[in-house]
Amino acid sequence: MSKKIKSSFKNMVLVLFSVTLIASATVAYVYQLTKEPIAKAKLNKQIQAIKDVVPPFTNNPFKEKIDIKVDDKHTIVIFPAKKNGELIGAAVKTYTQKAFGGEFWIMVGFKPDGTIINYSILEHKETPGLGSKMDVWFKEKGKKSIINKNPSKTKFTVSKDGGDIDAITAATISSRAFLDAVERGYKAFIKQNK
Amino acid sequence: MSQLNNLTKGFLRENPVFVLLLGMCPTLGTTTSAINGLGMGLATTFVLIMSNMVISLVANLIPDKIRIPGFIVIIASFVTIVDMTIAAYLPSLHESLGLFIPLIVVNCIVLGRAESFASKNSLIPSAIDGLSMGLGFSFALTLLGSIREILGSGKIFNFEVFNDQYGMLVFVLAPGGFLALGYIIAIINKIKKAIS
Amino acid sequence: MEYLLIIISAIFVNNIVLTQFLGICPFLGVSKKVSTAVGMGGAVTFVMTLATLVTYLIQKEILDTFGIQYMQTITYILVIASLVQMLEIILKKASPSLYQALGVFLPLITTNCAVLGVAIMVIQKNYNLLESLIFAAATAIGFALALVLFAGLREHLDLMRIPKGMKGTPIALVTAGLLAMAFMGFAGIV
Repeated sequence: MSKKIKSSFKNMVLVLFSVTLIASATVAYVYQLTKEPIAKAKLNKQIQAIKDVVPPFTNNPFKEKIDIKVDDKHTIVIFPAKKNGELIGAAVKTYTQKAFGGEFWIMVGFKPDGTIINYSILEHKETPGLGSKMDVWFKEKGKKSIINKNPSKTKFTVSKDGGDIDAITAATISSRAFLDAVERGYKAFIKQNK
Repeated sequence: MSQLNNLTKGFLRENPVFVLLLGMCPTLGTTTSAINGLGMGLATTFVLIMSNMVISLVANLIPDKIRIPGFIVIIASFVTIVDMTIAAYLPSLHESLGLFIPLIVVNCIVLGRAESFASKNSLIPSAIDGLSMGLGFSFALTLLGSIREILGSGKIFNFEVFNDQYGMLVFVLAPGGFLALGYIIAIINKIKKAIS
Repeated sequence: MEYLLIIISAIFVNNIVLTQFLGICPFLGVSKKVSTAVGMGGAVTFVMTLATLVTYLIQKEILDTFGIQYMQTITYILVIASLVQMLEIILKKASPSLYQALGVFLPLITTNCAVLGVAIMVIQKNYNLLESLIFAAATAIGFALALVLFAGLREHLDLMRIPKGMKGTPIALVTAGLLAMAFMGFAGIV
């Protein structure tokens, strides 16, 4: 095999430095190439989260978003959706701290009068197979569903606590937490809309 | 070693996961579904091929005492490149694989092949070695991912085979990963014994 | 109080090995004897906590300041590799017997996914410096705990009759799976 470079101190420092330099330069180059597609993918994901819960809109909910800072680590965000200048709904990014796994965030779509259009779970640590079912449970027909119901007319707590919504079987804590998040979002939205 | 042998060794004879028992962390961590396992396997294959090629070319320029840090920097660059590429063009895969993409840099398979093969062989055989080990790794991950996905949620590649209420949830969770891999290795050991 | 939650979560609820699948190679390789497992746990705690400290500072003071976050993987792994090198030198002088017992697994701490994983996680979770250090130390303790428990189980396994096909790695993995299942019971504590 061909001769190897000696392991003198000078050689080691020089080679390690050059390798790192060339590596960094290459990585920086690829960074410049991918910077824009990455930013675009991120924006698309956020817009999709809004599109999932409100009807089609013509404005840019991001430009018109309203941040409501609750504390250092929690900011509720209201994304207004408008069609030709008129408010048709809003996607509200809200949270709960009463979850089984601590806390989680959801996106709820409200009509201007506060009626629920749809919702999606953004990230959570609930039990797979139990609490995690909240991504579909509260959309299914009947007493489980929160769709098309309005927190001012329906009691958004679980039946066990005297409310009007059926909790997920064997996942009462996650259910309570979910409804807590929805209520929080609703209150913030109504207060903002006054 | 003939190049054909070199190409096929990664699948069964020297499969990095089932035989060499390397790269366990991503094997257990990214195989909650077939597509995740496949995605992870292919990303690792890219890094393996590129780092093997570069290291086979520069191995003699790197003093022996710092060869490990030197190799690691080269591997880390390709990992970063693959990370940014997936984030840009396959964002949902990037989200599913999460932390495990940068962790490719500490995948024992990559450093292992660099040290034991690429640093001692020329460009083409090293590239083929990377391809072989990478594909063998992808095969193992996709297999484990498919088994866990079917048993756990009734789907494979997101295509529903049976309703997930009949699934054994534990298989897409941590314990299931250990159990499934354990039994697969046991079965493969039996097959190897039967063949020889 | 928040710090207590971080600690309990890192050691039990989200145990790095049994729940998050990081640190498996040493987990399967070093856990044959309880005494080596304890030594490995200690070594990893040292490296993990120190590495998190250094990488955290590098992230905040250099990478973020100059907008070169993409250098994260390269810089972090160099920091970890250097720390492990340092640890090897220290151990060789201070405790040659432990140095011998750990063998090839000592330099392999560099490729321990748990160490790099934790360094990256504290940035993703947006912890401040103190929270990061507590998280790192607690995670390492969780790693050590899983390792020691597992070593204890394997020491017993060695004395039992096991079907030929399952001997060695397969039965170890199945045992790990059962241990992981046991740890699932901690879910929901925090």
